Amino acid sequence: MTLHSTPMQNEPRIVITGMGWITPLGHDLASVWSNLMAGASGMAPIDRFDARTFPTSFAAQVRNFDVTRYVKDMAVHRTAGLNTCFALGAARQAWEQSGLSKSGAVNARRAGIYLGAGEGVLDTEHYFATNIAGWDEAAGMIDGRRWAEAALREMTALREIEQEPNMPVSHLAREFGLRGPAYNCLTACAASTQAIGEACTILKRGDADVMLSGGTHTMIHMLGVTGFNRLTALSTSKGDPTKASRPFDRDRDGFVMGEGSGMVVLETLDHASARGAKPLAEVVGYGSSADAFRITDIQPEGRGAAASMTMALRQAGIDPHSTRADGRAPIDYISAHGTGTKENDSIETKAVKRVFAHNAERIPMSSVKSMMGHLIAAAGAVELITCVMAIEEGMLPPTINYQTPDPSLDLDYVPNVARRAKVDVCLSNSFGFGGQNDTLVVSRWAS
Amino acid sequence: MPRPERCRVVITGLGPICAFGVGIQPLWSALLEGRSAIAPVRRWDASGFASNAAAELLLDTFDVKSAVPKSYRKATKVMARDIEFAVGAAQEAVRDAGIVTRATEGATPTIPPDRFGCQIGAGLIAADVDELTAALWTSRGADGNFDIAHWGETGMTNLTPLWLLKYLPNMLSCHVTIIHDCQGPSNTITCAEASAGLSCGESMRVIQRGDADVCLSGGAECRVHPMSMLRQGFARRLAATPTGVDPATITRPFAPDATGGLLGDGGGIVVLENGATAAARGAVALAEIAGFGASQCFCPDTIGVEVNETGEEIAMAIAAALDDAGITADAIDAIVPFGSGIPHVDQPEAAALVSVFGSRARSIPLIQVMPFVGNCGAGAGALAIIVGAQAIRTQTLPARINTTGCTALDANVTPARAATLKNVLVVITSLGGQNAAIVLRAVA
Repeated sequence: MTLHSTPMQNEPRIVITGMGWITPLGHDLASVWSNLMAGASGMAPIDRFDARTFPTSFAAQVRNFDVTRYVKDMAVHRTAGLNTCFALGAARQAWEQSGLSKSGAVNARRAGIYLGAGEGVLDTEHYFATNIAGWDEAAGMIDGRRWAEAALREMTALREIEQEPNMPVSHLAREFGLRGPAYNCLTACAASTQAIGEACTILKRGDADVMLSGGTHTMIHMLGVTGFNRLTALSTSKGDPTKASRPFDRDRDGFVMGEGSGMVVLETLDHASARGAKPLAEVVGYGSSADAFRITDIQPEGRGAAASMTMALRQAGIDPHSTRADGRAPIDYISAHGTGTKENDSIETKAVKRVFAHNAERIPMSSVKSMMGHLIAAAGAVELITCVMAIEEGMLPPTINYQTPDPSLDLDYVPNVARRAKVDVCLSNSFGFGGQNDTLVVSRWAS
Repeated sequence: MPRPERCRVVITGLGPICAFGVGIQPLWSALLEGRSAIAPVRRWDASGFASNAAAELLLDTFDVKSAVPKSYRKATKVMARDIEFAVGAAQEAVRDAGIVTRATEGATPTIPPDRFGCQIGAGLIAADVDELTAALWTSRGADGNFDIAHWGETGMTNLTPLWLLKYLPNMLSCHVTIIHDCQGPSNTITCAEASAGLSCGESMRVIQRGDADVCLSGGAECRVHPMSMLRQGFARRLAATPTGVDPATITRPFAPDATGGLLGDGGGIVVLENGATAAARGAVALAEIAGFGASQCFCPDTIGVEVNETGEEIAMAIAAALDDAGITADAIDAIVPFGSGIPHVDQPEAAALVSVFGSRARSIPLIQVMPFVGNCGAGAGALAIIVGAQAIRTQTLPARINTTGCTALDANVTPARAATLKNVLVVITSLGGQNAAIVLRAVA
């Protein structure tokens, strides 16, 4: 018995009615988009901690961000960590754009939240001080009693509790008064693509009318950079940091860390129509899969990535091998996971070819990670918004720093310069460390 | 809104893991006997905390090396204890369900990999303090404090290259999908104690919408860890463990004199399966997952330490689960509450139960879990669901311990007894305000 997801006649349609961006390239839709169109880079030396001796000492930080611009009563959120502040900023933009901030526009019990938010930033200074104070050098382990005494002296309650990955959900629920189904998922780099896909399933099955969804994350902190440096996943380029993120280029040497948040308001079409809201786009497909291969490597043929894309396209009712009436390929743009690691970019290319076959070379695919870095759990939501903007603006963001083609990577990566194009349907990929894969398909909204 | 016809989703395998060990037998025997696993912490000297007892799962009771195929032993080096629990629980659930997976070398798998999903909830996995500090110690400067320049240059190389991968919450699911070859939809829900309950609810939906036939679902966490103890203490969730008082008697859900909860290790994985495919392979359905609901509490403090005292949103989740199961409150025969023994957490939960069940609330038997195995965080909901399913399967209410003087609910001390259990409600709340409710039903 096989009952794969297929588009159903009576299934509610899900539309996006609001979007918000807090990224290294700006704090609102217009400025981030114009930077993406200009091929700007958000990379610079890290100034949040002293990373000068680290193998990687640069990242794409969110700069000059003032959360009080987005939050009326900051007292309520005074203990919020940086990831939660990014989420508050992006969610406020999305909420305002959707028009749901008008009183009476939403029934709180029918409005839920599904984030792919990362854990909060460690209180590094006090945590390390505790560990060092608690260390028993002779025994080669911590002295529990001394450690506890130091911990209770050094560390503070709210900074610790705020690190739980569900805290951004709790803050947003409080800020916007949402009391429907509430979730956070943390499927590594795929988290916020997954969150948006899962939020759509919750709307489709009738458990809510509105879902606030997206992701937020920063790992630009000492142990975050340490962890990725030890994994040798980061670019260690010694030159100009703005040239370091080189997805699909032959000389790519790893990803560059970014941070920030992308948020969307999702609604059933009925709910949006009833209140006269203008849909920005429709989410037509969602796929989720696991590589089930290895913790440290992607399945070499891109099996899991292909499965996730295939599932999303099937749900969207799109045959990847087809041609549209006007001669176009079945989709207009792929927002690649495109991290800039050797392995990801080559396997993602293989997976796209495996799914789209002869159509693959006709579909432009770029990576905005070349410009804003890898926002980890927040990457997928930020990149889905890129797709919606591409549909609205009829422009494709480029992959910058594409200098030397890799002979085995032969798709159209929209090198270096933004491109005008007719864009109606886009696919956005996110693949997590450990092999969880998620894909969304969005389409121009047409009644 | 009227719901379309959906397939039934049944539980065909139970994989609890807790201080009593792996599998339903050790846990269920203890519950029947009224024997708690809570004792002073042994893994490290926790006496510096006012609360220093817990339900620990020690290495001599569970060693992950015995729970993985030989070819996968090397990978256990990159598993935090939380991940080990998930791996052990999954192996047990699969065994209990009579499923053959890739874990059995050379055998033909029962479930096609692309029809096999995995949703395992996880907590904020804390780094092993000894491992991290041993590395940090090498980067002390002349003043004895941490020297970041030294760390960046050479100190960090004292951490194993794959260090980060031990602590990513999605690694519970990822290791399990690799061991058992689950290539279908995969998720990692991280909503503190609500994680496993939400995961089981979502696995049910994945199966109902036809995206998988079978899912490994649940959650696990190693809460008996200095950082968890610190954080939970900070969140005002732990009872003090004074000398001279048996810590096993301290957790008293819904008691007027309750003083807080204590932590536990573990969680569980269940095999959830489309009723039709389970029947086709001749599997025994232990219980049906008949209804699911979720909600978010209004939390005045934004972080969910303080929640709406009326329990209104907990009641919403329960109402949604009852509605989803197509029953009214009258049909519930027993409840596995969150029942943490934390006064400010028990209070809204009790209010919610009273608002949903009215005067019947005081006569519907509650089933305790946390007084026996502690609060297992992201694994707590999985243990609650497993205990609820086992109660249905055996038509038995386990013993209750510790609680006396509760008048609003049927929560006081009692021995185990036989009972007719058709529908059992599981209620799960969390630090952060996310709630899940699940209706388990006896299989006709």
